[in-house]
Amino acid sequence: MIFDVKYETLPREDMERLQLKRLQALCERVYANVPFYKKKFDERGLKPSDIRTLADVRLLPFTEKQDLRNHYPFGMFAVNRDQIVRIHSSSGTTGKATVVGYTKRDLKTWGQLMARSFVAAGATPKDMIHNAYGYGLFTGGLGAHFGGEALGAAVVPVSGGATRRQVMLLKDFESDVICCTPSYALFLAESASEMGIDIRRLPLRIGIFGAEPWTEEMRRDIEAKLGIKAIDIYGLSEIMGPGVAIECEDAQDGLHIQEDHFLAETIDPDSGEVLPAGQEGELVFTTLTKEGIPLIRYRTRDLTRLNTTPCRCGRTTARMRRVTGRSDDMLIIRGVNVFPSQIESILIETEGLTPHYQLIIERQGNMDTLEVQVEVNESMFSDEIKNLQRVESKVTKNIKEFLGVTARVKLVEPKTIARSEGKAKRIIDKRNEA
Amino acid sequence: MKVDQLSIFLENRAGRLAEVTRLLSEAGVNIRALSLADTSDFGILRLIVSDFETAKATLKENGFTVGRTSVVAVEVVDQPGGLHEILSMLQEDGINVEYMYAFVTQNGDRAVLIFRFDRTDQGIELLQKNGINVIGGDKLYDL
Repeated sequence: MIFDVKYETLPREDMERLQLKRLQALCERVYANVPFYKKKFDERGLKPSDIRTLADVRLLPFTEKQDLRNHYPFGMFAVNRDQIVRIHSSSGTTGKATVVGYTKRDLKTWGQLMARSFVAAGATPKDMIHNAYGYGLFTGGLGAHFGGEALGAAVVPVSGGATRRQVMLLKDFESDVICCTPSYALFLAESASEMGIDIRRLPLRIGIFGAEPWTEEMRRDIEAKLGIKAIDIYGLSEIMGPGVAIECEDAQDGLHIQEDHFLAETIDPDSGEVLPAGQEGELVFTTLTKEGIPLIRYRTRDLTRLNTTPCRCGRTTARMRRVTGRSDDMLIIRGVNVFPSQIESILIETEGLTPHYQLIIERQGNMDTLEVQVEVNESMFSDEIKNLQRVESKVTKNIKEFLGVTARVKLVEPKTIARSEGKAKRIIDKRNEA
Repeated sequence: MKVDQLSIFLENRAGRLAEVTRLLSEAGVNIRALSLADTSDFGILRLIVSDFETAKATLKENGFTVGRTSVVAVEVVDQPGGLHEILSMLQEDGINVEYMYAFVTQNGDRAVLIFRFDRTDQGIELLQKNGINVIGGDKLYDL
C-alpha cells in the first residue's frame, strides 16, 4: 500500500520539476527572512533568482550543526515566534543543543510523512501502534505519535522505560505495530521471556526502528525473537524528525526519501563536491517546504549512498542505503548522541582530570555499552581504594547527568591506551564486529 | 617517626605484579613489607622497601603510577591482645585506621604493624604517650 500515491509515485521528471519550483521559493524565503542566509548568499554574490536548474543547488552554501548552535536558540527561524507552535531540541546539555521550531503547517506535513512511513512499513489505519520512543524534546516520541494519528491508527503513547509494564501492555492491548530503538526491541523481547511471555505469539507484526545505527544481523535477530517484520526509519530533528526516509516492506532495499519535501545530495565530506548517485558520501538535505526553520544543504554527517532506480514497491522516490557510518566522530549510544569531546570536557571538569581516555562501545546481549577507560596519573592517584572509586563514580554520575548515558568508568594504567602518530585513538566501536 | 610507603596503581591483569617485583629485583631493592588491596578492575600495591627513592624512580621510569604515603610502624610483642590494645587506644581518641597490614620479625618474638591513619601526627603522639614503640623508617628498612 502507498499512503500518498500522487507524490510517492511521481515520475522523476515531474518530481524534479516540483523540487526546483520549491527550491526557488525556498531561496526567496530564506533570503528575505533569515539574516544568516542573506549574508551567506551575499558573500557568494548569489541571488535567489540565480537558481535556474536543480543542479544549481550546488551553488548554495552548506549549513552545519554548528550554525544552529551559533544561533541558539531561535536565530535560524524564518518566521515570527508567534507562528511557531512546537519546539524540539536535540540532546546536548553541555551547550551543544540544536533547537528547531515547527509551524502548524510543518506539523501537518510531518504527520503526513510519518503516516506515509507507517503505510510503507505495512501498517494500516486499523492498527494499534505501541509508541515506545521517548516523548519530550526528542522528536521520536511526538513525531511517531502524530504520524500514527494522521494515519488514523490508534496510538499507545507509552514512551520509554518501565519495560515490564510495556510487555504487559503489548500483550493486553494487542498492538500491531511497535516504534522504538532496535536495541530496545531486543530488550523488550528479553524481558518478555523473563516474564514467561512468548512475545512472538502476540499479535505484534511490524516494528519501526530508528534513532540508532543497526545492522542486518540485528534485523534478523529482532525478526526472529519478536516474530515481526523489522523496518528501518530515518530522520533527524534538524530536517524534521522521524519520517524523512523509510524502508518499504515490499523490497526492504534502502530507505525511500520523501523527496517532494527534502532534496537529498551526497557529497565528498572533505571537498564538499557533489557525488553521483550510487557513490558513498555524506548525506546533505535541503528542506523544500519547511516554514519554521528551513535549512539549505544541511550536512547530516551520516554516510550513505543514493539509489534513484525505481523500487519494486511502486514508489519512484530515491532510496538511501542504511546509515552505518559518520563523517565526524559522533557516536550514537542507545539512541543518544555522544561526542568524545563531551566526555573529555566532563573528565576535565571532574577534579581537573586531564587524562588520556578511550571509549569502548560494545553490544552486550542486545544493549549498547559504553566503557570509558581513563589513565590514572599521579595527581589523581591515591593509595586508598575508596578515593579512586570516588573518582570513578563521580565521572559516571557526571556522564549520566550531562549526556544521559550510563557509562562504565574504568581506571587503567598509564600508557595502556595506544598512541598512534601522536593522535590517540579515542574510540573503539565493536558493535559492527561479527 | 613516619615511614615512607610506596603505593603503585595496578590494573587487574595477569603479570602486572610480577612486573613490579622483576623491576625491584633488578634494581636491587628489597621488599620489607607488602599489602595488596584490590577491586575487580584495579589494585593498589603498598610496599615498604629497603630503598624508597630507587624503587620509586625505577617504577616511574617504567610507566607505573606511584605515590608516596606516610604510614606509621609500631612494634608490639607477638602475643594475644597486642593489636587489640593499640586499636582500643586509637578508638578512644577517635583516630581512624584507613588501612593496615602486619608482619612478624625474623627472630619471631615481635610483630610490626603498619598503619595508615586519617590523622597521622596525632596518631603517633597518642601511641608514644602510651609507651608504644613507634619505629622510624631507618630502623624498619634494615630490620
